[in-house]
Amino acid sequence: MSFDLNFIGILIGAIMASSVPLILAASGELITERSGVLNLGVEGMMIIGAISGFALMVVTDNLFFAVVGSMLSGLILSFIFGLLTQSLLTNHVATGLALTIFGIGMSAMIGKNFVGIPGKEFPLLFLDLKESIPFLGPIFFGHSIILYFAFGLPFLTNYFLKKTKTGLIIRAVGDSPTSASNQGINVTLVRYSCILYGGAMCGLAGAYLSLIYTPQWIENMTGGRGWIALALVVFATWSPIKVLIGALIFGGITILQLHMQAVGLRIPVQLLSALPYIMTIIVLVVISRDSRKIKLNTPTSLGQIFYKEK
Amino acid sequence: MYKLFLRSLISVLFLLGLSINANAEFKVGFVYVGPTGDHGWTYQHHEGRNAVEALGIKTTYVESVPEGADAERVIRQLAQSGHDLIFTTSFGYMDPTNKVAKDFPNVKFEHATGYKREHSNVSTYSARFYEGRTLLGHMAGKMTKTNTIGYIASFPIPEVIRGINAMTLAAQKVNPDIKTKIVWVFTWYDPGKESEAAQALIDQGADIIMQHTDSTAPVQVAEKAGVWSFGQASDMQRFAPKSILTSIIDDWAPYYVERSIAARDGTWKQQDTWHGLKEGMVAMAPYNSAMGSDLIKEVEQLQKDLASGKAHSFTGPIYDQKGNILVAEGAVADDGMLAGMNVYVKGVEGDIPQ
Repeated sequence: MSFDLNFIGILIGAIMASSVPLILAASGELITERSGVLNLGVEGMMIIGAISGFALMVVTDNLFFAVVGSMLSGLILSFIFGLLTQSLLTNHVATGLALTIFGIGMSAMIGKNFVGIPGKEFPLLFLDLKESIPFLGPIFFGHSIILYFAFGLPFLTNYFLKKTKTGLIIRAVGDSPTSASNQGINVTLVRYSCILYGGAMCGLAGAYLSLIYTPQWIENMTGGRGWIALALVVFATWSPIKVLIGALIFGGITILQLHMQAVGLRIPVQLLSALPYIMTIIVLVVISRDSRKIKLNTPTSLGQIFYKEK
Repeated sequence: MYKLFLRSLISVLFLLGLSINANAEFKVGFVYVGPTGDHGWTYQHHEGRNAVEALGIKTTYVESVPEGADAERVIRQLAQSGHDLIFTTSFGYMDPTNKVAKDFPNVKFEHATGYKREHSNVSTYSARFYEGRTLLGHMAGKMTKTNTIGYIASFPIPEVIRGINAMTLAAQKVNPDIKTKIVWVFTWYDPGKESEAAQALIDQGADIIMQHTDSTAPVQVAEKAGVWSFGQASDMQRFAPKSILTSIIDDWAPYYVERSIAARDGTWKQQDTWHGLKEGMVAMAPYNSAMGSDLIKEVEQLQKDLASGKAHSFTGPIYDQKGNILVAEGAVADDGMLAGMNVYVKGVEGDIPQ
């Protein structure tokens, strides 16, 4: 194993790229959950985003349309979820699960015509800087614009939830929809918006997979990443920065364990394969053991149905 | 009134039962481990199904069925719903297939790549993919510059280990310095994970990428990185036109057609089939001209020799990693040994996950 600095830089760059879908989906879901809505349909919205993005790329030959379209399709799917849970007051868990199953099936159906078409090159920024600066180059440069967006997103989300009025309203709705409603806040409208935002982010996460990470359409290509994103939100105790840390650890260990195998380290492979899950949970549990903060961050009304009595 | 209702209900149920029995059209069911659009393993089984369907035989398939408890439910469902012959097309369906077969003695079962035939209505079939791996090893040994071959492996079962060994032996023969680096991903199909594994191997110096997983992701990573690769199960050439040297193609169609007709006509018997290059169950996609015509000629000759039996993938002397002899000089490994292969040959790095 070559341990020169540049190699480590390339490795870190690869780790960052692999954690992007998790960061995007988890950041979106985090906002949804902070408003008190538990949407288990992340995997379904991601896969719909993946196929929509890829299909639009093939049909329009325009990556901008593809990215925007993938967000729109995630948004549309989450709108169905909103309609069911917020207007028709169905159970969040059951509806979310149904959304995932629907998304996977629907994407496979749309995708039938797009199997086996090679993807298009997605523009990577600052490629020359990546080559010319050792170590730091491959870490900071030569990525897609979506990656830079994804890495800024947790900080924006953190600021948004803590410092802006809208953020406070969302948290109020998540903590006590009844009180918020009594204050004159339209709980249903706030929750709808948060659901739609979460859907758009999941769609974008899917498009990252089908347009940039493995540029092609393959059935079931999200491979359970939606579920990992969901788990990240909970283990990160609804803190955007911790979501970022968790996603990086998960992506990092996933890739490092592959390298350890390729080097031929004599560690049981099953243990290596389980390592990303174990380490992510351990680290997140350790960094979020402050129970006061957990209480502060946890949306108390998560998953509960709210309706305003008239 | 109540009695009348009961009586009519019974007669309706009776008629319904009769009509189900009368509906004895011959039907074949298929259970797939991946989606039909994987362009690899399941895709080829599906092509086989299409060939059966083309005969006018009615078929049903269920795709993306996880190996385990779900598989038994799906197989049972197919057996219950009047299928006469059921192909279960992944190694992990072995026990569920035998379990369901016990309860449905009139239904015929065909399990791919397994070895358990616990009941007289279960046949097994597989292809000698390792013959294809021998050809890949020969090409890999000649084409590598870093002397490092990267191998993405799925699960530590004899089938996969046989492929690793066959490839390594053939590569060593033409290039004694080669090393085989293996990454286990513990999945048959996860494009993201497969491409991460391919990238890790390339970063570790492999300039040949080989996979025993089903998606096209690894060859695409290889194409991007400018290293050589081989397609798996079906011709993946168009996903990585520059990188792919050839693909091992599984051709199940003739077997599926033959067995479906046999089952329909009542001549189906339990058997264990293991066909290779000779019978055409294993075929090679066109060779990439980047290899040069000399190497292509060599490989084509080796392919002919393997098919005719003049050459064998496991010809002695073969040693395990510790240097113990597995196959004596001049001898070839018998099918029993191949079927249960669970040790690496000398030259493979690392341990088999237990």
